[in-house]
Amino acid sequence: MRVNMRRGRVGALAIVLSAALAAATACSGDDGKSDSNSANEKITLTVDDFGTFGYQDLYKQFMAQHPNIKVTERNVPKLDDYTPRLQQWIAAGAGAGDVVAIEEGIMVKFKAQPDKFVDLKQYGASSLQGNFLPWKWQGGMSPDGSKLIGLGTDVGSMALCYRRDLFKKAGLPDDRDAVTKLWPTWDDFIKVGQQYTSKVGGKSKFIDSPETYYNTILMQEAGKGSNQTYFDQSNKFVMESNPAVKAAFDETVKMSQAGLANGVQFLSDPWSQGLKKDAFATAPCPAWMLGLIKQFGGDEQQGKWDVAGVPGGGGNWGGSWLAVPTQSKHPKEAAELVKFLTSAQGQIGAFKAANNLPSSLQALNDPAVKAFNNPYFNNAPVGQIYGSTATSLKPVYLGADNQDVRTAVEADLRAIAQGKLSPGSGWSKAVSDAKKASGS
Amino acid sequence: MAVDLRPSPVASRAAPPGGRGWRARLSRLDLKVSPYLYISPFYLLFLLFGLFPLGYTFWVSLHRWEIIGHHEFVGLRNYSRLLTDDQFWNAVVNTFGMFVVATVPQLLLALWLANALNRRLRVQTLFRMGVLLPLVTSVAAVAIVFTQIYGRDYGMANWILHFFGVHKIDWQANRWAAWVAVSTMVDWRWTGYNALIFLAGMQAIPRDLYEAAAIDGASRRQQFWRITVPLLRPTILFVSVISTIGGLQLFTEPLLFNFGYMNGGSLRQSQTVTMYMFENAFNRFQYGYGSAVAWMLFLMILLFSLVNFLLIRRFAGGGEK
Repeated sequence: MRVNMRRGRVGALAIVLSAALAAATACSGDDGKSDSNSANEKITLTVDDFGTFGYQDLYKQFMAQHPNIKVTERNVPKLDDYTPRLQQWIAAGAGAGDVVAIEEGIMVKFKAQPDKFVDLKQYGASSLQGNFLPWKWQGGMSPDGSKLIGLGTDVGSMALCYRRDLFKKAGLPDDRDAVTKLWPTWDDFIKVGQQYTSKVGGKSKFIDSPETYYNTILMQEAGKGSNQTYFDQSNKFVMESNPAVKAAFDETVKMSQAGLANGVQFLSDPWSQGLKKDAFATAPCPAWMLGLIKQFGGDEQQGKWDVAGVPGGGGNWGGSWLAVPTQSKHPKEAAELVKFLTSAQGQIGAFKAANNLPSSLQALNDPAVKAFNNPYFNNAPVGQIYGSTATSLKPVYLGADNQDVRTAVEADLRAIAQGKLSPGSGWSKAVSDAKKASGS
Repeated sequence: MAVDLRPSPVASRAAPPGGRGWRARLSRLDLKVSPYLYISPFYLLFLLFGLFPLGYTFWVSLHRWEIIGHHEFVGLRNYSRLLTDDQFWNAVVNTFGMFVVATVPQLLLALWLANALNRRLRVQTLFRMGVLLPLVTSVAAVAIVFTQIYGRDYGMANWILHFFGVHKIDWQANRWAAWVAVSTMVDWRWTGYNALIFLAGMQAIPRDLYEAAAIDGASRRQQFWRITVPLLRPTILFVSVISTIGGLQLFTEPLLFNFGYMNGGSLRQSQTVTMYMFENAFNRFQYGYGSAVAWMLFLMILLFSLVNFLLIRRFAGGGEK
């Protein structure tokens, strides 16, 4: 009896609550409509991004210049979590921020829906072309070249981060130039790794995860030849016939077979724990990785890391654009914010905060970037290391389903590193998983 | 919410001559219809939030349904593709594997616990409420703590196991280890809840049956198997069906165990059917295919509940013959 009575009361409460909720949502629905363009009205711009963009100080500057605008950021740490959310918002026509960050691996997918994004040319962005690396500017254009969907933020460029203290322990040189000379090629890199493993060994592996190395090598190899990875320019699945993918896959398998890898997923909890606990001695470092290592490594790792050259020549992995979805209620102000954040000054600010390498020519040549030494990474001259190759970077075409396919292939590489998948059958499984993920 | 359907006094006063009959008809209508009206909120809500989504999901599952507007009717092709999809069957095997590994020991343990709690104890209520404690902690917290325990390099489970000479286990990479790990999370949370339901069932069994059995010289064990278990049959059935539904819909624990990655491990070692559904619908945005997975899951749960029902009826019915 008592139970019944209580249930009745809970039921009544639920009804009251749902009625209240309905009333509340009805009210907020009305609020949304009262929108005008008067300059004095207070408006809020929401920025959706992932990882570390280093924009906090820039928001403050922007808000100081535009007292009627408040900028808030919704950050998702992992790109893999961010992408499906953004896709849903864009497709549904609601929910996305006024400014959204789009990473290079998913740009093609979003560019295929140009009507979902504001043409930034309408808001005076045409004149900015000269500010950007030509391919970065081009990457922001819609497929038919008529609309400007995104303005470039950063580019990846490529270097390799290593732990000075652990290298010393393994009897390896710890000076960044000497380290760079250790590994002109990836095979040399593996030999150094074996030396490290035999000296230090145990829980400390040489590489952070198979997939970071795989992506690095893949982007290098693709940049050397076809400029494509899993898909060609017409979005046809070409993974099997593209030597770049096979080469990167095989080289990564070699690392696992040599016992250099941990089989840990990049940016998962074990990865960030491992970073703190000396579980790996190296990680590929596109410029944006510096911010991540600093963020997850924390203060106690200060000065332990350094930045050396990458085996196998330069390349680009990562980098993003900022776009304004048409669903934004304040496209004009949002476009202003995009122009501000991607301006030379904005990119220099982001570089200082998170070391994201500018895609603006002027910013790249600015002394604040060129002469910047990163104290966290033993004062490595990161401005010079990354900046010197940035202007010679070539874009690699990443198809619409790039991220799904990449995730599938990475899982198989991880299984090989874990010893759960035989290296011999790895490639054929990766190809079939990739096909499934792309729906082809 | 409360709709007053009784004729208002004003209306009845304004009624034309012959109002008596009108009134009588109304009150008869009131007698017949209003009970349905009173229970209708549940059915209306069920229709809106239960039946309609079910039907709509089926409709979607008959299409190639992409996120951007494009829908193409494909009949049952999603289902035929599912039948040959090894990733789907892998998820099915995982789900049933974890269901068995989790549920069988859980129900036995719950039965034993309930039996122990059914005796006269000091601070009875404390013990009885205590078994519910794990249930009120959030799943996410449980999963995060357990995932720490099952860490490969720095986890407590491996640290304890190494005293027994067990080599470091990579809990996520090893299929059986992953099943066991996820099952312990499920059991930790639900054993107490099921024990309480069993306990409630046990308390409804008349005491004099036990007294009579004791006079006839039946041991405690005999009393348990001959009296408690057969008379607990409806409760056991209820608990098994609820556990089946819960077990086959397993989602949060394996997801967080895999650090939030929907693929459930490098070789999908602990990906459940719900995770596979989610992966298809909301990571790959193949809504049609994801809906087909959802419907297959629905059918599986129906089928399994039925099998459960028949099995329990036979097993527990033996005592009555």
